[in-house]
Amino acid sequence: MNRNKHYLLPDISRPGKVGCQLPELDVPEAKLPPQEFLRQELALPEVSETELVRYFTSLSRRNYGVDTGFYPLGSCTMKYNPKWHEDIARFPGFQSIHPCQPAETVPGALRLMFELQELLAEITGMDATSLAPMAGAQGELASLLMARAYHRSHGEKRRRKILVPDSAHGTNPATATMCGFEVNTIPSRSDGNLDLTSLTKLMNEEVAALTLTMPTTLGLFDPRIAEISTIVHERGGLLIGDGANLNSLLGRVKFGDLGFDCVQLNLHKTFSTPHGGGGPGSGPVCVRANLSSFLPAPIVSKSGKGYQLTTPSKSVGRLGAAGGNFGVMVKAYAYIRSLGAEGLKEVGENAVLNANYVKEKLKPYYHLPYDRTCMHEVVFSGKRQKAKGVSTLDIAKRLLDYGFHPPTIYFPLVVEEAIMIEPTETESKETLDAFIKAMVEIAREAEQNPELLHNAPHRTPVRRLDEVSAARKPDLRWEWK
Amino acid sequence: MPSPYIPNTDHDRAAMLRDIGVDSVDQLFQDVPEPFRDVPFDLPPPLTELELREELRQLSRQNVSLDDYACFLGAGHYHHFIPSVVSHITGRSEFYTAYTPYQAEVSQGILQAIYEYQSLVCQLTGMEISNAGMYDGSSAAAEAALMACRLTGKKEIAVLSTVNPRYREVIGTYGSGQDIAIHELKPDFKELPDKCACFIVQQPNFFGYFEEVERYAGLAHSAGALFIVIFDPISLGLFQPPGSYGADIAVAEGQPLGNPVNFGGPGLGIFTCRQEHLRQMPGRIIGRTADVEGQPGYVLTMATREQHIRRERATSNICTNEALVALAATVYLAAMGKGGLRRVAELCYHKAHYVAEAINKLKRYSLAFKPPFFKEFIIRCPMSPEKVNRILRKEKIIGGLDVSHLVDNGMLLCVTEMNSRPEIDRLVSVLGAL
Amino acid sequence: MSENQNEPELGKEMNPKEYRYTQEHEWIYPEPKGKARIGITHYAQSQLGDIVFVDLPKSGDHVKQFEKMGEIETVKAVSDLFSPASGKVLKRNQAVLDDLAIVNRDPYGTGWLVRIELSQPAELEALMSSDQYGEFVAGLSPEASE
Repeated sequence: MNRNKHYLLPDISRPGKVGCQLPELDVPEAKLPPQEFLRQELALPEVSETELVRYFTSLSRRNYGVDTGFYPLGSCTMKYNPKWHEDIARFPGFQSIHPCQPAETVPGALRLMFELQELLAEITGMDATSLAPMAGAQGELASLLMARAYHRSHGEKRRRKILVPDSAHGTNPATATMCGFEVNTIPSRSDGNLDLTSLTKLMNEEVAALTLTMPTTLGLFDPRIAEISTIVHERGGLLIGDGANLNSLLGRVKFGDLGFDCVQLNLHKTFSTPHGGGGPGSGPVCVRANLSSFLPAPIVSKSGKGYQLTTPSKSVGRLGAAGGNFGVMVKAYAYIRSLGAEGLKEVGENAVLNANYVKEKLKPYYHLPYDRTCMHEVVFSGKRQKAKGVSTLDIAKRLLDYGFHPPTIYFPLVVEEAIMIEPTETESKETLDAFIKAMVEIAREAEQNPELLHNAPHRTPVRRLDEVSAARKPDLRWEWK
Repeated sequence: MPSPYIPNTDHDRAAMLRDIGVDSVDQLFQDVPEPFRDVPFDLPPPLTELELREELRQLSRQNVSLDDYACFLGAGHYHHFIPSVVSHITGRSEFYTAYTPYQAEVSQGILQAIYEYQSLVCQLTGMEISNAGMYDGSSAAAEAALMACRLTGKKEIAVLSTVNPRYREVIGTYGSGQDIAIHELKPDFKELPDKCACFIVQQPNFFGYFEEVERYAGLAHSAGALFIVIFDPISLGLFQPPGSYGADIAVAEGQPLGNPVNFGGPGLGIFTCRQEHLRQMPGRIIGRTADVEGQPGYVLTMATREQHIRRERATSNICTNEALVALAATVYLAAMGKGGLRRVAELCYHKAHYVAEAINKLKRYSLAFKPPFFKEFIIRCPMSPEKVNRILRKEKIIGGLDVSHLVDNGMLLCVTEMNSRPEIDRLVSVLGAL
Repeated sequence: MSENQNEPELGKEMNPKEYRYTQEHEWIYPEPKGKARIGITHYAQSQLGDIVFVDLPKSGDHVKQFEKMGEIETVKAVSDLFSPASGKVLKRNQAVLDDLAIVNRDPYGTGWLVRIELSQPAELEALMSSDQYGEFVAGLSPEASE
C-alpha cells in the first residue's frame, strides 16, 4: 500500500498559485463599506488545480469504501451503491433546483417526494411519512417529539419517561434526553429477547413510549413482539420503532403489523444510498394515522392544484431550513422503483441468508452468545480470545491486514467484546468464504501468535494509531497566521 | 430477473442453506410470528435502469432548473460557482462509498480531508475550533443554542428578529423538547432579557444587510450570555469574520462552498466555537495523532461527548452527518484559495449593488433599505412579487423571495458571481417594462 | 502541607493498608488535621485503561460521601467518580491534570486526584479496609486479583 510522505495543504501552498479562475467584474464597482468592516487577511492556502487533484486523489487511495471491498459493519447496512443512482441525482432538474422556488416550477421534484412518502409508508405498513429528517438520529428526534406532542394533546402531562432496551443504539437514549425525557432501561434476557417481566413492571402511566429496534441490535427478531406491543399500548404508551435494521424485513414484514406507531428509516442504510464517509444520509419517519398530524414539516401533499409542501396541523415543527435531503431521496426512490415488491423481498432474504451462513461457519471459532437463527446481522463475542489476551480490537485490526474492513466492534454493549457482522445481500458467497477464512486464520493466530494481533495492522497506509494522545492533547486543526 | 446487486446464484444459495442446515430461506424467518411473516406489498412493478432512467429524466425535466433560468433567488440557499474539480473528487467511490471512519487505519483519506476542513473553516471564521459538520445551518444554529444552555445552565435564549425565519423555527423545534423559551428581539432592543443562555444574530442578516455585531456581542456578554453568530461563508471572503467580533459560537449553512442547491438538501452545518468549550461541542471531531511508527495520522477523537458513549448524557444525538458535503467544501476552499474566495465575494458585492442601483432608478421601484448589504437586498415592486415572478419566469428568470409580509410588495433579491451582465441587464429591463 | 508528606512508596503496594476503599473503586487516605487525599484504585485504572480526561471538583466545592463528584474518561468510555467521604475540596492534583498517564502509572501515589477537608471523619468507618477491598475485587472476576 501507499506509504507516500504525509503532507497537508499548507505544505504545498505557495503565494501566487491559483486553483481556479474567475471572470473579471463586468459591472462598475460599488463603494465598499469602511475598512473596519473588511477583513485584512484571509489566510487560506494557494495551490494549483493539478496539485489539488493529486492531493485529494492520493487521499482517496488511502480510503476504504464498499467499492474497495467487504464492509460488514453491523447495523450500518453497507450494501453496494448502484451507480446509475449517482447519475440521475445529478440531472440538472434534480440537482439545480432551489428549495424556495414556487411549487408550480418544481412539480417533478414534489411528485418524486410524494411518491417516496407513499412507497415508504407501504413498505413499513404505516399511514403517513415525513421526509424532513436529515439522518436517522433526526428521525428519532422527530419520533420522540411526536410522542411528546401526542401525549400532551391528550392532556397526559405525566408521561415523562421513555423505555429503552439495554441493547439500544446510543442515539436512542441521547435523543430521549434532547426531548426532555428520563430514560429507563429494560434488560435483555440471555436468549437476546427483551425481558418482558421488567417491561411489564416499568411500563406505566408515566411512560410515553418504548423505543425498539426490530430486529434488535443483536440481530434477533423478538417473537413476542405482539405481546410487547400489547403491554405498551394497554398502558397508553406508544411503540416507537428504530428502523435501522429494516434490511432483513424488506418485502416480507410490515412494522405497522407488528404494532409500531411510528418508525424512522435510514435511506443510506436500507435503501442503498451511499454513506459518503459519514453522510449525507436521510432519516424519514413513517407513522400511523394517530400521529400523522404531528409529523415534522414539511410534507408533500397532493390536491387539485397539484403537489404542495404543507405543514401538518399539529406538526412538531421544522427540522431543517428545507424539506430534507432531496439529493439522497432521489437515489432511494430509484432503488425502490427498480426493485418492486419481489426485488425488495429478495434483498431481505439474501441479507438474512448471508448472515446465517457466516454465523454457522464462524460458530466453532468465536463465542456465539445467542445460538439461534439471526436476521441480517450476527453478533459474536471475542471473549474466548480475550481469555488468551487478545481483544476484539486486536482481531479487528488484524482483519485490516487481510484486506477486509472489520465488523462493528464493542456494540451492542450487552455483549462482552462484541463483534457485529452484517454482510448484506450484495456480497457473494466467494467474498463471504474469503472473510470466513480470514477470521478462522485470525482465531488460530490468536492462539499461536498473539503478538501479531497486538501489533496489527501491519499492512495498512498507517499502523495502529494512538487514540489516547489524540484525546489527551487534542490537535484539531492546523493554524496559519 | 436476477439482480445485478445480488451476486449469489441459486447454486450458491442452495450450498449455503445446506451448510446452515435448513431447507429454505423461509425457515430463517421462523422467529417472526406467522401472521406477520410474509405479507403482500402493494408497490409498482420493478423497472430496469434503462427504463427508469428515462422516466426519471422526464420527471427532472418538469422542474425549472437554475441551469436553464437566470437565478436571483437566495434566502439561505445560493447559486454559486462550483469548480468541476469538486465533483470529480467527491465522485471518487473510495470516498463516497465509505462510512464513518471508525477504523482509522483504512480511512486516512476522509479523516485527513476533514481535518483540513476543520482547519480551513477556522481560518475562514477566525474561530478556534470546528467540528466535522452537522446537517445544515439551521440545525447547527439549534445545536448551538442547546450548547449555550448546557454551558450556562439557563433555559432561555434570545434571537434577533432579522435571523432567517426558518432557522428560528428549527431552533424552536429543538428547544421544544426541553421547554426552552425563545425571546425574539427587535434590532433596537436595549437590554437582553435576564437568564438568557445566548443571543443569536445573523450576519449579514436574512435580508442581506449588516448588523451591529460588535455592539450585540457586548450586550450579550454583559448579560452573561453566549454570542452566537450565523454567518454567510462566502461573505467571509471580504468581511470581518465572527472570530474577530466576539462570537462564542459561529455557525453557517455550508452549501455555498462547492455544493449544488439540491432542492435544499443535503446541506452542511458549519459549527465552530472557542477552544475552552470543546467538551460541550456536539458533532464529530477529527484529531491528528501518530501511529506506532511515529507516522502522522488522523482519528475520530473526543468521542466521549457523543451518543455512542455517553448515551443519555451526550452533547447531541447526532451520528451520521454530512461528511461528503464537507469534503466538497474542503476541495472548494482549496481550489478557491485566499484570492479566489475574496474575488467571489467581491463579484457578488459589486454585482448586487449594481443591480440595486439600476432597479432603484426604475420609476415604480425603490430599495427598502439603504446600502451597504452583501449580496441580497429588498426592493419594493409596483405589484405583488408573486405577479412579478410569474412574468419573470416567462423570460426564463427566477425572481427573488416574496417578503411582502414585511415590506409592501417586497422582494428579496440575490445576486451572485453566477449572474452575468447580460442576465442582470435583462432582469432590470424586464422589471422596468412591467 | 507538602504533597510528599505521608505518601506511601510509589507503586509498590497493592491496595495500601493505610487506605480505605469504596465499592466504586475509589480510595481515601486520611492525613493529619482532618484532611484526606482521594484517588482511584489500581483495579479501577487497569479496568479503565489509558485515562484521557478527568473532570474534578474545584477548590471550594463541597462533596458528599458516595455522591458523584466528577468523571473519568478513556477513549471509549466515561465513568463516574464518587467521593468516598464528605467535605470541602482543598486542591486538585495539577500534575495529574497536566499528565493523565500518572494516574495509570501510580494510582495510589502521585496519581492522587483531590485533597479534601473532611466534614465527618467518622464516615470513613463505612468504607472497606485493604483486605476487604482485596476480597471484594477478587469476587468480581477471576483475573481481578492479579
